Amino acid sequence: MTTLQAPIQPPAKSLRWGEGALIGVFSLFALFSIVVAAKAYTPEYAFHAYLFAAASIASVFAIGNRYMNRPAGAVPQFIDGKPNYNMGVVKFGTVAAVIWGIAGFLVGVIAALQLAFPIVNLDLPWISFGRLRPLHTSAVIFAFGGNVLLATSFYVVQRTSRARLAGDLAPWFVMLGYNFFIVIAGTGYLLGITQGKEYAEPEWYSDLFLTVVWVTYLLVFLVTLLKRNEPHIYVANWFYLAFIITIAVLHLGNNATIPVSVFSPKSYILWSGVQDAMFQWWYGHNAVGFFLTAGFLALMYYFIPKRAERPVYSYRLSIVHFWALIFIYIWAGPHHLHYTALPDWAQTLGMTFSVILWMPSWGGMINGLMTLSGAWDKLRTDPVIRMMVVAVAFYGMSTFEGPMMSVKAVNSLSHYTEWTIGHVHSGALGWVAYISFGAIYCLVPWLWNKREMYSVKAINWHFWVSTLGIVLYISSMWVAGILQGLMWRAYTQLGFLEYSFIETVEAMHPLYVIRALGGILFLTGALIMAWNVWKTITTPQTAAERELALQAAE
Amino acid sequence: MHDTYLGLAAFAQTGGLILFVVAFLLVVAYAFWPSKKRKKEFDDAANIPLKED
Repeated sequence: MTTLQAPIQPPAKSLRWGEGALIGVFSLFALFSIVVAAKAYTPEYAFHAYLFAAASIASVFAIGNRYMNRPAGAVPQFIDGKPNYNMGVVKFGTVAAVIWGIAGFLVGVIAALQLAFPIVNLDLPWISFGRLRPLHTSAVIFAFGGNVLLATSFYVVQRTSRARLAGDLAPWFVMLGYNFFIVIAGTGYLLGITQGKEYAEPEWYSDLFLTVVWVTYLLVFLVTLLKRNEPHIYVANWFYLAFIITIAVLHLGNNATIPVSVFSPKSYILWSGVQDAMFQWWYGHNAVGFFLTAGFLALMYYFIPKRAERPVYSYRLSIVHFWALIFIYIWAGPHHLHYTALPDWAQTLGMTFSVILWMPSWGGMINGLMTLSGAWDKLRTDPVIRMMVVAVAFYGMSTFEGPMMSVKAVNSLSHYTEWTIGHVHSGALGWVAYISFGAIYCLVPWLWNKREMYSVKAINWHFWVSTLGIVLYISSMWVAGILQGLMWRAYTQLGFLEYSFIETVEAMHPLYVIRALGGILFLTGALIMAWNVWKTITTPQTAAERELALQAAE
Repeated sequence: MHDTYLGLAAFAQTGGLILFVVAFLLVVAYAFWPSKKRKKEFDDAANIPLKED
């Protein structure tokens, strides 16, 4: 007996709305970019327009390819009752952070060597100190730090919401778009495209592109929070959210420019004179406050409790820590403009709020450190915990030093000297980089289902080599800065300046060499980490180890 | 322009200041109010990262 049975058809695959729309948008944008490239005023700008065109075309192909290879149905939100987390973007961001970190530290070492030995400039405009310096700061802050924040925020918001990341292509657009922005910004500096604002150097077209990426980031993060399967929004997410929103506002405020032409990279800002300066340092200091502090505090509030296997010391304190930072940080910017044309009351306001800021900062530090109470032995046995705890200690140290330097009397000595560079690096290397390294050492085994990093010994080596590097860096810069400040203000009995500028440079030479050495050690530590990450990802595990890793992940 | 500045400055130095201080005190009161129910909420929230799925 034969009955005709229709073969079971898989559901017909069709282009999702977002896929179709993005293919359309990217196609049009590629066309537009080619027109701009053809009519560009400068070859550097044409190069960037071609990069935009190439990236748009690559996106069209990537979306098409993904469509051909994906199953027809919608992506399941749960598999076997467990959230179907989207970890692809997190993996990308983690690896990108390691690579950008090496690049950024390397450029920093070259810049340090250029200051100690000017011949390293090689008389080439593209790698002169003036262009390498923003390349270094952007590479470490926005490329390394930014990828750490993107990757960890996408990880933490999913795990603490027990929900899959919102959006289908949106998370990838955020991750790849952000990294493309870094490429545009970085190549721009080398080619001489800059609007000359510290930490906001990229010109109008990169700024507009970043705005689109950033708003998408905010939406992905918010919608993931909205569909959470937990009654509470864990405190780390509050810090991430504050970071995302505030950076959006700062970016728009400080980049309110009008381009000369769509075919020119040059633009002019709406603000003028001291208003522009105030906007710049409102932006600049809150980039420190909300990018390098709030964002990385989110790491502290997730990865330290997770790694130490105990909840944060005081959840109440974490709430007050959060709101105190939000209420106070935003007013501290004017301390960058002491003794300038900025009205005196604004300078005093900036100073006062910077000093008040000391309290919530130390409240947060205590909260992070005390999370280990009852488990202090982990400091000895687990180098990852040690790295993160030292990071929090550096957070405490630089948030004490910062308010002190913002006091006008201290600032009159420290401002424009190497002391500022030392302060920034105790925060950047000690706090931001160490908490990031700690998070990377946690994330890599979790993401690639390994029990632990390939070599725990290498983590120890990384820790000690880098720590020695930081100590050399910041102590040499303290000495150089105070030396420089005192030499600048020294008068002879007749009332003439005692030292010429070049004499201060000469006096600082040995300290510049020590600083470069510190940087080389820090870079060496990061290279050890990169090797360790590479080996962890690529080394296949034995069946027994895989079993243990699965148990650990559950 | 000058009037706008004076108006905004006057508000910031009086109403704005009071608003922010009161808002912050409310946050502190919310966080530290001795309440069994809220203590449980905070304990639950603090344990979110340690729960496994």
